Amino acid sequence: MKNVTPPQYQIPANLGSLAVPAVVVALALWFALTCFTSVPTDSNGVLTRFGKFVEIVKPGLRFKLPLGIDNIDLVPVERQLTLDFGFTTPSATNQNQAPDDPEAERNIVTGDLNMALVEWIVQYRIEDPKQFKFHVFEPEGTLRDASEAVMREVVGDRTIDEVLTVGRAEIETETLTRLQALVLRYGLGLTVMQVQLQKVHPPKGVQASFGEVNQAQQEKQQAIFLANGEYNKVVPRAKGEALRKVSAAEGYAAKRVNEAQGDAGRFNATLTEYLKSPEVTRQRLYLETMQEVLPQLSRKIVLDDKAGQIFPLLQLDQKTK
Amino acid sequence: MNRALLLPLLIAAAMLLFASTYTVPETEQVIITQFGQQIGAPVTKAGLHWQIPFIQKVNRIEKRILEWDGPAAEMSTEDKLFIDVDAFARWRITNAKLYFVRLTDLRSAKDRITNTLNGETRNAVARHQLVEIIRTQRDRQPVVDASLDASVNKTLPEIRFGRAAIEAEILKAAQPALAEYGIELLDVRFKRINYNAGVAAKIYARMTSERQQIAARFRSEGEGEAAEILGKRERDMAQIESEAYRKVQEVQGKADAEATAIYAAAYGQTPEAREFYSFTRTLETYRTVFARETTLVLTTDSALLRLFKSGPAAAPK
Repeated sequence: MKNVTPPQYQIPANLGSLAVPAVVVALALWFALTCFTSVPTDSNGVLTRFGKFVEIVKPGLRFKLPLGIDNIDLVPVERQLTLDFGFTTPSATNQNQAPDDPEAERNIVTGDLNMALVEWIVQYRIEDPKQFKFHVFEPEGTLRDASEAVMREVVGDRTIDEVLTVGRAEIETETLTRLQALVLRYGLGLTVMQVQLQKVHPPKGVQASFGEVNQAQQEKQQAIFLANGEYNKVVPRAKGEALRKVSAAEGYAAKRVNEAQGDAGRFNATLTEYLKSPEVTRQRLYLETMQEVLPQLSRKIVLDDKAGQIFPLLQLDQKTK
Repeated sequence: MNRALLLPLLIAAAMLLFASTYTVPETEQVIITQFGQQIGAPVTKAGLHWQIPFIQKVNRIEKRILEWDGPAAEMSTEDKLFIDVDAFARWRITNAKLYFVRLTDLRSAKDRITNTLNGETRNAVARHQLVEIIRTQRDRQPVVDASLDASVNKTLPEIRFGRAAIEAEILKAAQPALAEYGIELLDVRFKRINYNAGVAAKIYARMTSERQQIAARFRSEGEGEAAEILGKRERDMAQIESEAYRKVQEVQGKADAEATAIYAAAYGQTPEAREFYSFTRTLETYRTVFARETTLVLTTDSALLRLFKSGPAAAPK
């Protein structure tokens, strides 16, 4: 290693004359930095002098006295803030948003001494920065506790079925009204804008039995559908069948009457002719009939009235041909 | 005056000024002590104040409304149910002098409140049934879920006092004890009331059996309605079929009667007609009565064979 002599800095001889402007510049810079505060557009500043409240400052670049005489606390008045109850939102930015113990928070005893798991959110805004800063210690923590107390009060006056199904909207509005009144009474400097129920369940151990009720409702509907099916399978057909039978009967009736009228007409016609010469007609009809009938018979035996004695010899059951 | 002395003097003056003033923020009140002795009334006005440097001491005490959120504690109600009660209270220091002497800091104050409130809460809870702590509005009528319409859950249990009254009871009992420490208790509220594990199991069992009851009701309703429909089917079938039978019989009977009347009118119009009918009908009967297998024995006396026997000479009569 070469032995290098470190560079020698020469203290300028006129240092004394330079020091004063340097100090002045540094002071000016420091003054500029500590005498101004930028209040963002979504916030208001609370200006205090020696700890005493002076005024609320609006957004923009604001002057204040240095050396800790004046102090501006920023309060995000325009921001809508949210508190979660019974569950946590992973992306939460508000430090009060997440519950410490979600499990205990969502367990609520209902008015009929059942239990429900209720998750909800409360949305609020800081309305009065002065009150928010000075009146109550940790207003947002108080809002958390107040919200829980009010929600339990409201759920505590309702049945499990109201909490799970029919009463949801009413619980939200009731909680909101009561919470708004309480926040006003406590002077938190906040305004609650909305209470919204999230998931509401029966407790884990009884969820199956609540499912069973739904299933039974389905089964009831199904039983009715099935029975209606059975009904519809036979009754409309029977109605049609009945109509068919009646129609058939009407057909029969028409036929019967028509035939009777036909027969009667025919009879009347022949009768008229018969009455003109009854003897001959009778004879003719008799002989015609005999002519038709006799050839069909397989055996014919002609006897003289004097020969009655051959009867015993006649084998009547004997087949001919 | 020596220029060199000016700077140290200025610094000393600034330090003295600094030491003889103090600020009070809006959130605090101050008690000035001198050798441990309280001097004057507490300073509650925010801003810049004077003090005797190095001798007097500034003791800062919270002025805002404070919150007490005690730990949950297991308690027994009058109806012997074990519940975990988590309450919260709001309080403030109204008598700073008393507070300063007896408690000094927030932690000891909170411990004091915890002791007082736990005891009073326990007493109040033990005096009331669970439902009195859960419910608030005495005359509230619950909304009924029309889709369930089971009679199980239609009413809320009756109460005599309610949650708000019990909270007021606790507040009233705890206030005097804490006033002795310069603390004003503003209100007490139940935050959480949960069944402890043993009770919860029983509650779950009850809820389960209640739901099973509702489910069983639905099933039997379903079966009942199905049976009703099937009964209606049988009734309607019998009705339809018998009505059809009746109509058929009526229509046919009417036709038969009409036909009979027509025949009777034709055949019975005169004695000749009646006689002719019986004659022709008898002949017609012959056509059907005699079949192929019939053996017919005719005597020569018969009308047909008279000629056969007597020959052409005898004229038929």
